[in-house]
Amino acid sequence: MDKIFRVNMTDLTTKIEEVPAAWAGLGGRGLTSTIVAAEVPPTCHALSPENKLVFAPGLLTGTAAANSGRLSAGAKSPLTGGIKESNAGGTAAQMLAKLGIKAIIIEGAPKTGAWYNLAVSANGVTINEEKELLGLGNFAVIDAVEARLGKKTGVLTIGPAGELKMTAANISVKDPDSKIRSHGRGGLGAVMGSKQIKFISIDGEGAKPVTIADPEKFKTAARAFSKALLDHPVSGEGLPTYGTNVLVNILNEAGGLPTKNFTVGQFEGHDKISGETMHDTIVARGGKPKHGCHAGCIIQCSQVYHDKEGKYVTSGFEYETIWGLGADCCIDNLDDIARADNLMDDIGIDSIETAVMFGVAMEAGILKWGDSKEMLRLLTDEIAKGTALGRVLGGGAASVGRTYGVTRVPVVKNQGIPAYDPRSVKGIGITYATSTMGADHTSGYTIATNILNVGGYVDPLKKDGQVELSRNLQIATAAVDSTGMCIFVAFPALDIPECLPALIDMINARFGIALTGDDVNNLGKYILKTEREFNQKAGLTNVHDRLPDFFKTEPVAPHNAVWDFTDEEIDEFWNF
Amino acid sequence: MQITLKLFATFRNGRFKVAEQELAEGTDVRQVVLSLGLTEEEIGIVMLNGRHGELDSKLSHGDTLSLFPLVGGG
Ligand code: SF4
Repeated sequence: MDKIFRVNMTDLTTKIEEVPAAWAGLGGRGLTSTIVAAEVPPTCHALSPENKLVFAPGLLTGTAAANSGRLSAGAKSPLTGGIKESNAGGTAAQMLAKLGIKAIIIEGAPKTGAWYNLAVSANGVTINEEKELLGLGNFAVIDAVEARLGKKTGVLTIGPAGELKMTAANISVKDPDSKIRSHGRGGLGAVMGSKQIKFISIDGEGAKPVTIADPEKFKTAARAFSKALLDHPVSGEGLPTYGTNVLVNILNEAGGLPTKNFTVGQFEGHDKISGETMHDTIVARGGKPKHGCHAGCIIQCSQVYHDKEGKYVTSGFEYETIWGLGADCCIDNLDDIARADNLMDDIGIDSIETAVMFGVAMEAGILKWGDSKEMLRLLTDEIAKGTALGRVLGGGAASVGRTYGVTRVPVVKNQGIPAYDPRSVKGIGITYATSTMGADHTSGYTIATNILNVGGYVDPLKKDGQVELSRNLQIATAAVDSTGMCIFVAFPALDIPECLPALIDMINARFGIALTGDDVNNLGKYILKTEREFNQKAGLTNVHDRLPDFFKTEPVAPHNAVWDFTDEEIDEFWNF
Repeated sequence: MQITLKLFATFRNGRFKVAEQELAEGTDVRQVVLSLGLTEEEIGIVMLNGRHGELDSKLSHGDTLSLFPLVGGG
């Protein structure tokens, strides 16, 4: 039977607990959000001992199901002040699932200034004082932990940003190449830092295959599911070839590529930072155009990017990062953007929040538009070192806007708005406004239907149908985030009729249950409502479900679109 | 009439990124697609002057037509 591992950092004790019946059917986001809602006082300070940091693999993680190896991390967010779930690939999720660990709950905080590491194994968790690796970047931590405990050790770590409790700090997860994937958004690295935990190691010794109630049925469903993933042109061909960065040119053509801190919708230098250019560059320099963030990913949207000398620069080089440091900061040098991506991984800071922040910092005059060298300097000399300026920058877009008196600050609930302009792609604006997570494109990715013609088509420039589209996608996404599946399974799931039933069949075969499509839908609704209730108790109500005013008053070229939803229309979202 | 034709992702292989094209009046998107040796099924997204277009959309002088295979990200 799966267990809950509980770690108390106040009295430095650990426990292994049975899984309460109410949590048995939950995994991933459904479980982290349920635990946070049940155990964290919504009004607590996110960096206080009252907050809890929860890790949970998904319901299908550890099985042979394709793309099921994602790990959810949850807590109250120091950035948004609301509930947070952020999921990532890497090796940790599958290791935890195979060790029979349903969730790790970390509570309390040390009473002294000492720092610790947690060692997770089949037998439980031990808490060890850590001195040697303090202050180090994430790559050095991963190398050192491997040297100490063995190459196969799983690692969750924070960099200097997390140690300094910056609200843009993330939690890094070791990937199969000993590089990094991130629980990026919402400042969860600061929560780990507040508990004075530098890293968590996972020893896979004693890991067993997860039990499957009906192996034959599982195999059939898993095969149908993989086939759907490979058959769909987006997951089967587009993502592996160009990665997510293929979107630069598409959004630029559609006039929805936020440029120069969201003042225009197209970027002159788009071709230099596009997915097509990146693909050719990677191939020419001997990098890897396709690569998976965890074993069992058959889509492989990730890649390994090399410099001119053919040396590793970064991997998992995503559209949102390239858009943000590129178009939004007017930088058309992909090599410098790749270097910044690597630095952000090492410092342990969210690459979306930080990219949006740099756009605001340029508007504030901290550095010039397009100055990629100064951007790199600010990352290494200010943010990584935690100078006063570095801490302001490491607080994210809203922090810089507030400190420097900038009014054009693209955030919702304090979290930076990513790579799609809500004026010219209106569905995603509804997602930014209403998501329980703050501005987050992944929580209801209407771009699929607004721009990519996946799951039908809803005109991005009109208001019609956007609230319903965002609602349906947010409900489905909350459920998918509970399975351990990568969200890109949504592309085939929206178009190929066999895909979603196969996913549900896998869950049923794994646990010997009989969920229907309605049950899965209800799970998604339950998760959103649980998160919303936490947020309301924390003081985030419908008045926080709004985009910044400038989207209403500043039309964005080329379509001269404005954000024109009324408050009542936005609030319709929650009618379910 | 003249239009600007932009191709993206795999459509560029063996073709071009962007080209000016001289077309007969009344040409529609489908005819341009077929003239490139592409099939209707291969077309993921048609954009005409930055808005979603259809294979049946008629082209006018000065239009920008952008063709994408089905691709995505997020
Ligand atoms: S498709 Fe990309 S994000 Fe999804 S599991 Fe694979 S590599 Fe990770």
